[in-house]
Amino acid sequence: MNIVCAGINHRSATVDIREKFAVGPHELEQALARIRGIDGLAGAVIVSTCNRVEYYTASVCPLRVLDGLRGYLQERNGGNDAPLYTHESPASIRHLFRVASGLDSMVIGETEILGQLKQAYAAATDCGATTRHLNKLFQHAFRVAKQVRSETQITRGSTSVGSVAVDLAGKIFGGLNGRTIMILGAGDVSERTARSLVSRGVGTVIVANRTFDRAARLAEEIGGMAVHFDNWHNAFDNVDILICSTAAPHPIVTREKLDPLLKRRDGRPLFIIDLAVPRDAEASVNELDGVYLYDIDSLEEIVRQSLEVRRAEVVRCEKMIDLHVAEFVGWMRNHIAFLK
Amino acid sequence: MDRILLTGATFCLLLSFGYTLFALGAGRFQPGRVNLVAILGGFLLLTLDLWKRGQAQGSCPINSLFDVLVFVSWSILLIYLVIGPTYHISLLGAFTSPLVFLVLLFAQLGPVGPAAQGRFDHDPWTELHAALSLVAYGAFALAAVAGLMYLVQDRQLKMHKAGALFYNLPPITDLGVANARLIRLGFGLLTAGFAAGFAAGHIGGVHVNGLKFLASVLIWAGYGAILVLRKFRRLPPRRMAEASMLVFGAALLALPAIQYLSSLK
Repeated sequence: MNIVCAGINHRSATVDIREKFAVGPHELEQALARIRGIDGLAGAVIVSTCNRVEYYTASVCPLRVLDGLRGYLQERNGGNDAPLYTHESPASIRHLFRVASGLDSMVIGETEILGQLKQAYAAATDCGATTRHLNKLFQHAFRVAKQVRSETQITRGSTSVGSVAVDLAGKIFGGLNGRTIMILGAGDVSERTARSLVSRGVGTVIVANRTFDRAARLAEEIGGMAVHFDNWHNAFDNVDILICSTAAPHPIVTREKLDPLLKRRDGRPLFIIDLAVPRDAEASVNELDGVYLYDIDSLEEIVRQSLEVRRAEVVRCEKMIDLHVAEFVGWMRNHIAFLK
Repeated sequence: MDRILLTGATFCLLLSFGYTLFALGAGRFQPGRVNLVAILGGFLLLTLDLWKRGQAQGSCPINSLFDVLVFVSWSILLIYLVIGPTYHISLLGAFTSPLVFLVLLFAQLGPVGPAAQGRFDHDPWTELHAALSLVAYGAFALAAVAGLMYLVQDRQLKMHKAGALFYNLPPITDLGVANARLIRLGFGLLTAGFAAGFAAGHIGGVHVNGLKFLASVLIWAGYGAILVLRKFRRLPPRRMAEASMLVFGAALLALPAIQYLSSLK
């Protein structure tokens, strides 16, 4: 028995090509039934995400199956060839283990792909499209992904400015439930950052913008309240996280302004996310007790550190995967021997 | 041979300390199992050692500086095991084990050994006073450890450093809360210890050394001042963390002196 993998991903094809091959949930059953008709194919799992469309099949005659898959994909693509990569055992096994562990993802170590693989596998099982080899393979892949995540730092840190801000807020406040954010300057980036914090349970959002209408509109959209820009400091007492992104040419959050406001806070920490260029917060406010100031450069530096750590971990992950591939190939060999 | 339990406990804590250093050096510290098992092992061995010496001395085994240091180490581990999981700050163990290891090492290498017999003349108030005061020391020690963790995390956040330690240390707000609660716990125990000491003086007629009393009152007043200042918003969490370390350092240095003065009849 051989495991054959054929597919396209973010490296081999642009999005306009990938979207032509994407298999939506509504057509999955039909697609599985169609490829199961390929001569020599015993079972199949189709993985279709925004970054990849992959077919994992079990077969005793891989060349015939690959020809069949090419033909099927040509049909879907209006007769044009697909920029397919193909793998046979053991390369296909290694590929699946790498995909499950997030090593083949656009952002190394991302974890969403594992959930997508589980969904794809469950869907194929529901359609009765899997075989004993595919069952064992996918269950092994889920185990590998779990081990790689827990024993290496491949998922450590955050890889976007928004998620770094959320991580930092967690390291300062613990839970974000019931916390209050103030947005100074209703720009796109501050809105996105605020939204990701709101999705983690932040309780109250206060928006202050030079144009009050815009503040009111954003406040309404994300379930907050608007205040006049000149009065932002009057609504400051309960604020835990301050997101600044005004177009002001000079700092708005100064040490002089912040110092008396902090005295009313009973030592509660204040997290300032300054996304503006030129910066809205004076650098020296970071020296105040309980104030943690991050500007766009420092957030991006943390993203860079996280990616560096993840890249450094790839070698360890690959070694772990090698062992699992050998183990799975051994199982396949024994299984075939048993059948004989 | 009579110190085999103590040596075993010291070894357990060295193991926990060594593991922490190795893991942090490799940048992949995962708090929890190894530290907890090592600390639990150390605690059980110390408990057994204290029980054996208590039997031999015929009283609570806090009759020499050596005894006191071992008892304080046991108190620190006891309070860690009770409150560590409550606050979900398992990394507290990583910071606690080196402190307890050093205290035990100091006890073992010091010139004074375990007392041959009890010196409390079986006065229960005096024994209660000494035991409560030493458990309070355990709470203050952990407050100092939580304070140190607070300062480390504060520095990482201020310097924008997101290393292995940053990701594994608890949120800074939780550390501030743990620091304050441990000081309150220690202060409560120390106050109860003082009450037992007064009872020993008034009911049991035990003589109290004036200098020892003064040193103890100063430690009690130090922690009391921290709590009062915090209550009236005069001491932000960072200053509280620093103060808890400072007062504990002073208390630790005063411990041998108090112990010596206690031994004077």
